[in-house]
Amino acid sequence: MAIWLTENSKIIVQGMTGGEGTKHTRRMLASGARVVGGVNARKAGITHEGLPVFGTVKEAMEKTGADVSVIFVPPAFTKDAVKEAIDAEIPLCVVITEGVPVHDSTEFWAYAVAKGNKTRIIGPNCPGIASPGASNAGIIPADITTAGRIGLVSKSGTLTYQLMYELRDFGFSTAVGIGGDPVIGTTHIDALQAFQDDPGTDAIVMIGEIGGDAEERAAAYIEQHVTKPVVAYVAGFTAPEGKTMGHAGAIVSGSAGTAQAKKEALEKVGVRVGKTPSETARLMREIMQAR
Amino acid sequence: MDLFEHQAKELFADYGIPVPKGIVAHTVEEVRAAAEQLTGRVVVKAQVKTGGRGKAGGVKVADDAADAVEKAQAILGMDIKGHTVHKVLVEEASAIAEEYYFSFLLDRANRTFLAICSAAGGMDIEEVAHTSPEKVAKVPVSAITGVDRDTAREIAVAGGLPEQSLDGAAELIEKLWCCFVDEDASLVEVNPMILSADGQVKALDGKVTLDDNASFRQTEHEAYADKAAEDPLEARAKEKDLNYVKLDGDVGIIGNGAGLVMSTLDVVAYAGEAFPGKPSPANFLDIGGGASAEVMAAGLEIILSDPSVKSIFVNVFGGITSCDAVANGIVAAFKLLESRGEAVTHPLVVRLDGNNAQLGRQILADAALPRVELVDTMDDAAKRAAELAAVGA
Repeated sequence: MAIWLTENSKIIVQGMTGGEGTKHTRRMLASGARVVGGVNARKAGITHEGLPVFGTVKEAMEKTGADVSVIFVPPAFTKDAVKEAIDAEIPLCVVITEGVPVHDSTEFWAYAVAKGNKTRIIGPNCPGIASPGASNAGIIPADITTAGRIGLVSKSGTLTYQLMYELRDFGFSTAVGIGGDPVIGTTHIDALQAFQDDPGTDAIVMIGEIGGDAEERAAAYIEQHVTKPVVAYVAGFTAPEGKTMGHAGAIVSGSAGTAQAKKEALEKVGVRVGKTPSETARLMREIMQAR
Repeated sequence: MDLFEHQAKELFADYGIPVPKGIVAHTVEEVRAAAEQLTGRVVVKAQVKTGGRGKAGGVKVADDAADAVEKAQAILGMDIKGHTVHKVLVEEASAIAEEYYFSFLLDRANRTFLAICSAAGGMDIEEVAHTSPEKVAKVPVSAITGVDRDTAREIAVAGGLPEQSLDGAAELIEKLWCCFVDEDASLVEVNPMILSADGQVKALDGKVTLDDNASFRQTEHEAYADKAAEDPLEARAKEKDLNYVKLDGDVGIIGNGAGLVMSTLDVVAYAGEAFPGKPSPANFLDIGGGASAEVMAAGLEIILSDPSVKSIFVNVFGGITSCDAVANGIVAAFKLLESRGEAVTHPLVVRLDGNNAQLGRQILADAALPRVELVDTMDDAAKRAAELAAVGA
């Protein structure tokens, strides 16, 4: 079992004909994901990587039955691409693009809400979602882990890969990279809720980093609603105030958004927080071995 | 990017927002000339990108040009929370009847914009927000519908502004919204927004944060960059499109992915606590998923030119890019640097994990690069890098 993405998911790629789109379409196909087509208004009708290219998301859905879209278009065009996916009411839209202006992501989020939240948005600035052995929508390297019963939600791509790799002997139900931007579609809480409800997930790894208060809010949610074991990791204890650390959302402002505050909030509700990624993996290992 | 007050006010003025007349001055001579030009009472305001300026003594009223010079002598060169004052804004003094607070900002938690308005503006707004939150109106603003004159007026009313200020405040707020949207700002703050003795609502101060992600469509924002205050290494890294932040320590860090690099800094700092002098990270450097030879060379070059670096830790997890490609990148980077006469003289600890890690390690072992050590795990590699920095190898 998995959340949001299963072996039945049919994926289209918005921006499939571009460099990144082409490269990762190939990788998704190689990993066994059912990519069924691409979208590019200017290249509608051509075949790319052996797949049909459609003019619109709506048409691609009608012709292929797609229910997942992965977006690789450049930042300047991302807002319109996401709004198109929302208009087409595709159930899942994964926005890989890094560098989307925050006014654009705030606008497409407001648009999704106004349209009744029929489309789950993951990202932007994220590696996507992978349900090992079932499907893979985005850029997560599928071959570093196996199918299993751990769920993972993370703001960081490489830390996601690191934990997936360290725990590959147990394997994962689904790993969701929610992205490192200040405004994102799917949150830690959304993923925690889905993993809690997923019979195929036994325990959850949550990876956070400096900036905002998403981890603190996730801690409050865990206390109220999550009965499955959760271990966490938070990056950025040594980050200086006022500096953006790689991810647009990773910034300590004054005394807000520190890693220490996030760690304390999580520990207060009984979540074990690893000091390093490897220690986090060890904590999860203990939980899985005790089952 | 944060703007200086004078830049924020120039921007406000472009949107028709009333601001006091002011002139930027870098020296006392310029201050004298500015004060003489403005005539009458002036305010000398330190230009630093941090709050709490007034309380630190960085804002002074002067009666005339001679007084302004005296005040400026104390302010120029002053240190305010680690920021040296290199310039002041000399501004005509305003006759203030009332002080309000206003801002538009991004509300990350609720994924919307927020207008914050209060009739209790001025230096103590944070205190007011803490002790009397009911005096501070927080009004969500939709990115789709935005703010027109009527909404602006409603926000001013919610903030408790008095009747005689509402028209002026509504006009200022509407214009400020245009500035916020058109400039791709994540914060525009006016504190205080004043009602002057002659009944005008004005922006007496200005704070603006611009979204760096929007630079592709806000090309004129580059002019706001404070090149003088930029760390020289950060400036060079930026020219090479490297994601680099200078830190205080002595272990140079290169890694792939923002989260992994942040984590690497933390792990090195923990490891360093066990060694004399407590070695800590000298920088943040994310070379991205690709980790090509060119980018690796450019990164190593920046780190090697940092005189405080004593050892280097290259921490790569092979996900999209496999470790053999990264190892070849490191080998090529060494050759590239050597050919430029910039051979690597510092000890370099490399940890490769993930896709094709074994092959990557083999490539590095075969290359027998001088001073390169391979360590299998991130935690052990961090310890070794800290140890090497501690012994000053």
